[in-house]
Amino acid sequence: MKKKYWLDERRNVMRLIWFFAALCVGVLVIDAGFHRHEEFFWEGWFGFYGFFGFIACVVLVLAAKELRRLVMRREDYYDE
Amino acid sequence: MTSSIPPAFVFLVAAALVLLLPGGSRRLLVPAVPLLGGINLWFVWQGGGALEVPLLDTRLTLLRADSLSLLFGLLFHIAAFLGAVFAFHVRDRLQQAGMLLYAGSALGAVFAGDLITLVIFWEGATLGSVLLILARREPRAVRAAMRYLVFQLVSGLLLLGGAIVVIGDTGSAAFGHIGIDSLGGVLIFVAFGIKCGFPLVHTWLTDAYPESTPTGMVFLSAFTTKLAVYALARGYAGTEVLIPIGTAMTAFPIFYAVIENDLRRVLAYSMINQIGFMVVGIGIGTSLALNGAVSHAFNDVIFKGLLLMSMGAVLHQTGKINGSELGGLYKSMPQTTGLCIVGAASISAFPLFSGFVSKSMVMSAAAAEGYWIVWILLLFASAGVFHHAGIKIPYFAFFAHDSGIRTREPPLNMRIAMAMAAILCIVIGCYPAWLYSLLPWEVGYVPYTGSHVLVQVQLLFFSALAFAFLNLVGLYPPELRSANIDSDWLYRRLLPGAARRIEGAVAALSAFIREQSTRGLDRLFYAIAQQNRPGGVMARTWPTGAAALWILVLLGACLVIYYV
Repeated sequence: MKKKYWLDERRNVMRLIWFFAALCVGVLVIDAGFHRHEEFFWEGWFGFYGFFGFIACVVLVLAAKELRRLVMRREDYYDE
Repeated sequence: MTSSIPPAFVFLVAAALVLLLPGGSRRLLVPAVPLLGGINLWFVWQGGGALEVPLLDTRLTLLRADSLSLLFGLLFHIAAFLGAVFAFHVRDRLQQAGMLLYAGSALGAVFAGDLITLVIFWEGATLGSVLLILARREPRAVRAAMRYLVFQLVSGLLLLGGAIVVIGDTGSAAFGHIGIDSLGGVLIFVAFGIKCGFPLVHTWLTDAYPESTPTGMVFLSAFTTKLAVYALARGYAGTEVLIPIGTAMTAFPIFYAVIENDLRRVLAYSMINQIGFMVVGIGIGTSLALNGAVSHAFNDVIFKGLLLMSMGAVLHQTGKINGSELGGLYKSMPQTTGLCIVGAASISAFPLFSGFVSKSMVMSAAAAEGYWIVWILLLFASAGVFHHAGIKIPYFAFFAHDSGIRTREPPLNMRIAMAMAAILCIVIGCYPAWLYSLLPWEVGYVPYTGSHVLVQVQLLFFSALAFAFLNLVGLYPPELRSANIDSDWLYRRLLPGAARRIEGAVAALSAFIREQSTRGLDRLFYAIAQQNRPGGVMARTWPTGAAALWILVLLGACLVIYYV
């Protein structure tokens, strides 16, 4: 009989993601009440790093998907 | 003090021994060498000083022990030991000799005090490393090894040429600050740059490393590029052109890493990204930046080694390394999964893991010097590295959709090596003072401030959230069996294609010339033959009377000439 793992349940994966999202919100809340040291003025904006990280990764992935059109070839492209 | 011997010698003697010894003792010898070397290194550390030997009218400095070379010397001993333990099950003489020759040559180059010694060990590292790729013994790996060899030999030749010019200009072979103000300086800069994986000449790395053996790539990732980082820090600290070069290195590979299917190749792209941070640090050239560069090199060898060990373990156990074929391995390899995650957290610079205490130095140095565009791009690259190395690697190998592969944990030696690397990652991350005390320049850097931890956690959490979001809405690009063309397309498709076309044109031309000339010759021979056939000039019969008459005329002419 096949062993069932906790992560095999999609419900549990969603629970994990919601838990993680709550953590993210928690980090943002701390950011609001914490005066950070800053080198550049934009670092002082509320949640700058959080938004930067999120947007950077979305842009990265979407740009990489477009890059596939340009550079992706068959696996044996270089093989003679 | 000369009681210590150059660290390279310990390894090179052992490499020669490997060629003679039988299997069992060979396997014990390989991990013992870095330990013995470590004892020797301790004496070097205590004694400091130098070892010089005369050669012709100059002197070679085989051992120059200062804080910079000692730091990399220690690092290379640790890397060699971890790699040797990880490869303890390997019985292949070629790989064992390659490992020791490679590590020994890298150590020789790090402790070289002059350019001639550097050139010799630079080539030794090329030779040792190519053995680790050839040892895969597949046609694909052999072809990649040959391309790799060409790049490395070009780097070696440029270094040799540059060294000759520098020695000619300055009259000194000493390997200190070089700079790019002279021709020799530029040649050596390019030589270092090739080994460092500068953009456009980086493809030897992403092409050949993932073709090496499961254990080989752990070694390969440690030495060649970090040797180049060491050499740049020694010869080109504060060279401003390194800042844009390094920034480009941090940024462009992450796009490739997102779409690459071979997980070891993802890590190869990620290597270029991490080296980019070091190159930027060297280019900025302040004490903080240089310390950041070398300490990040130190940490990178260990956490990248750990990640590559975990992927090597997956490859060793399943024979597969493509993200499209893996997944769900946490069920049968939970220990490897956990150790891989430690490496992933370290490369992502999570607080309490090693990457955090070193990468942040480079970022802070860039901010302190006002390089704000560089800083933004480095921040982008930091988020990106978490995305492709921190999440993608463990996710697609161990989680994602269950590929149905059921295997076992890798051999004990592999797990021990990974565990040691993981412990180092955590110890350095939690107690950076130890690493900081080894750094060559003065540091007054405090990594664990409230704002620093907070911003880093924010950056990483939201990057991870982006990954979860993209996966949920189905925007995340699936892993596909594919090859992605990079600048290696120039020499793997364009040039061979052009060569084939030129070859075709030459062949056609030569066929035309041959045809025309044979036709001409045919005509000539036909004409000659015609004259020799019945009815031709040469075949005519002449009466003897005519001949006698002609002889009479000739004799008469002789008489006349005689008498005149």
